[in-house]
Amino acid sequence: MPKLIKGVGCPYCGSSCDDIEVLVSDDETKILEVHNACIIGTNLFHHANDATRPKLPRMRQPDGSMKEIPYDEAIDWMAKTMLKAKKPLIYGFGSTNCEGMSAVGRIAEKSGAVLDNCATICHGPSFLAIFDNGYPSCTLGEAKNRADVVVFWGCNPMHAHPRHTSRYSIFPRGYFTQKGQMQRTVLCIDPRETDTAKLADHHLMLDQGHDYELFDAFRTVLRGFEIPETVAGIPREKIKESVEIMKKAKFCMIFFGMGCTHTDGRNHNIDHAISLTRDLNNHTKCSIMAMRGHYNIAGPGQVWSWQFGFPYCIDLSKGSHAHMNPGETSSVDLAMRDEVDCFVNVGTDAGAHFPIQAVQHLKKHPFITIDPNFCMASEIADLHIPVRIAGVDEPGVVYRMDNVPIQFRAVIKGLPGVPSDEELFDRVYERMCELTNTQPIWLAAKEHRKYPHNPVVS
Amino acid sequence: MATVTLKPTKVPELMFEGYSITPDAFAGKTPAQIADLPGHEGKIVMKLGDFFEVTGNAGDTAADTNIVINGDCTRVKYIGARMTAGSVTVNGNTDMYLGGWMKGGKIHVKGNVDSFCGIQMQGGELVVDGDAKNHVGCAYRGDWRGMKGGTIRIKGSAGNDIGTFMLGGTIIIEKDAFIHVSTHAEGGTVIIKGDVEGRVGGQMVKGDMYVLGKIKFMMPGYQKVGTVEKEVDGTKATFDHYIGDLGERHPKSKGEIIYANLYLKAAA
Ligand code: SF4
Repeated sequence: MPKLIKGVGCPYCGSSCDDIEVLVSDDETKILEVHNACIIGTNLFHHANDATRPKLPRMRQPDGSMKEIPYDEAIDWMAKTMLKAKKPLIYGFGSTNCEGMSAVGRIAEKSGAVLDNCATICHGPSFLAIFDNGYPSCTLGEAKNRADVVVFWGCNPMHAHPRHTSRYSIFPRGYFTQKGQMQRTVLCIDPRETDTAKLADHHLMLDQGHDYELFDAFRTVLRGFEIPETVAGIPREKIKESVEIMKKAKFCMIFFGMGCTHTDGRNHNIDHAISLTRDLNNHTKCSIMAMRGHYNIAGPGQVWSWQFGFPYCIDLSKGSHAHMNPGETSSVDLAMRDEVDCFVNVGTDAGAHFPIQAVQHLKKHPFITIDPNFCMASEIADLHIPVRIAGVDEPGVVYRMDNVPIQFRAVIKGLPGVPSDEELFDRVYERMCELTNTQPIWLAAKEHRKYPHNPVVS
Repeated sequence: MATVTLKPTKVPELMFEGYSITPDAFAGKTPAQIADLPGHEGKIVMKLGDFFEVTGNAGDTAADTNIVINGDCTRVKYIGARMTAGSVTVNGNTDMYLGGWMKGGKIHVKGNVDSFCGIQMQGGELVVDGDAKNHVGCAYRGDWRGMKGGTIRIKGSAGNDIGTFMLGGTIIIEKDAFIHVSTHAEGGTVIIKGDVEGRVGGQMVKGDMYVLGKIKFMMPGYQKVGTVEKEVDGTKATFDHYIGDLGERHPKSKGEIIYANLYLKAAA
């Protein structure tokens, strides 16, 4: 009898929907049906059925081909390569659980690496703005229950976060928003006519790259001063009308995305948006939230801030303290400036997402990819180590885009012999300790570990 | 005054963190001791002697120690960082954090510098004959107390983020600048002799800016209040006087609201 598993989390986008139902085969090895998820989420689950999923690490051979090798050999090679490198870079973690992110910290410290996550090419600038100006945010539940004015600035949830609008932001009926969409006014600020813009009541089609000026105009109007006739291509009257809508809201919610974080000015755009949120709170309630891309990309920010004091771009090469300064310690800059001599790509695809020049620089040195599937980064790697898929055949904690932790569950049994990210990193750490004649330091007993070692807990 | 001369002998494979290249670290040391000073290349602790040939003598104190680097330091970070006195002259380019956190003394680079030069500077003089990349005299990430004093002069052009969170001191860019000048500043003076793309004085609370060229995109939060004659770094001209950023909070002094000032050279 196939089993229906309820309350499953979807390990794809930052909406981290936790209302998915999955029908699995009797022996818990096949996913038969996926309910409630959007098309992306549905496909992600079905993808786990793929019979061609890699089950063993593959090492690049002198003739350029890839050869399957046992896990122990791959772990040994990875440990030795990272210890030998002067400055390895560990990047990724868009799509894995917090347990893996926490375990990788030990390897990073041991090998004096730079630890970075996908925020470096997406919401990293938001972190910098938050450092500079604070983060007056809330949870998605509050947005759903209270927000009657919703602003989408430089983001397109209709495509990037398909169920965001139906679960949290536009359509749902909440405690104070019983009429759902009827009760909400939606503003979209985007240089393109996206599907979110089409859905909005007001679309401010600004000139590309002038978000900062437009935020400034909003704030200037809010303080009662006059602004030029047009700002960033938007007429003065339209700006005044929008400010009035936001001011008159019972609860205004600003969502921002890559259109702000990765156009000129980057962190300053968000910084200004945060200032606008603060100013609006003199008139009404207003909150702001980053549209984080992946289901657990808020995770490394949480885990590493707790471990190292910084959310991303963490340079641990000194061994005594963590140093963080994006522009210097950010992955793409490190690659472009030839500042690293070993690259580890975990649960993301740097091969597809990085500028080609950055990948060319990284390829001069050992390139390791840890990913459940084949991807561009696995195909150009010197070593590809497959792991289980977090949220499908491996449970774990994830942080949703509003930094709410959710326990995701496994719906099927993992491929035999394939470790989770956490197990793999723990084994690499133990191998590094063996190679350097040091005692591994575990802060907590890992009772659930599935491989046969008995660690000493200090 | 005693002079120590460094001659680069090897290009670091990664970047070399030359945080020991300051008059303060060199003072009272022999060339052999100087060559033995540490610097990181990745996680490996190297020695200055691995990358430089050291000759000459250091003075007893930082104030009477001059450092001359004869050659290219494109891959050397932190030259003159945290120095308090003395001088550093680089006959070539340098990498990031040139004169970062410096408190006194003088740095003169004859070539170009990378980003973060004069970050969190408190005093002294920093002169670059060539161009500077981004974040000239800016604050460290998350610190709302940026540059407090001293002078930075870039004879070429500069990138974005000039004087972010600045509290005092002077930055002069003799050619063009890209975007974000004096963002969030609460003091200090920035002079740009060339053109600026935009975002001049965004979220600025207090302080002065002079632009002798053109601003392509003005911040909407600035309003013209008059025209003034001023002499700026040796140039006398008529300036349009703007105040702002009207979108930002501003303190009151003697009952009057204090705004930041932007002096834009009036069209002839
Ligand atoms: S909206 Fe995102 S989290 Fe929700 S089902 Fe679709 S892909 Fe998964």
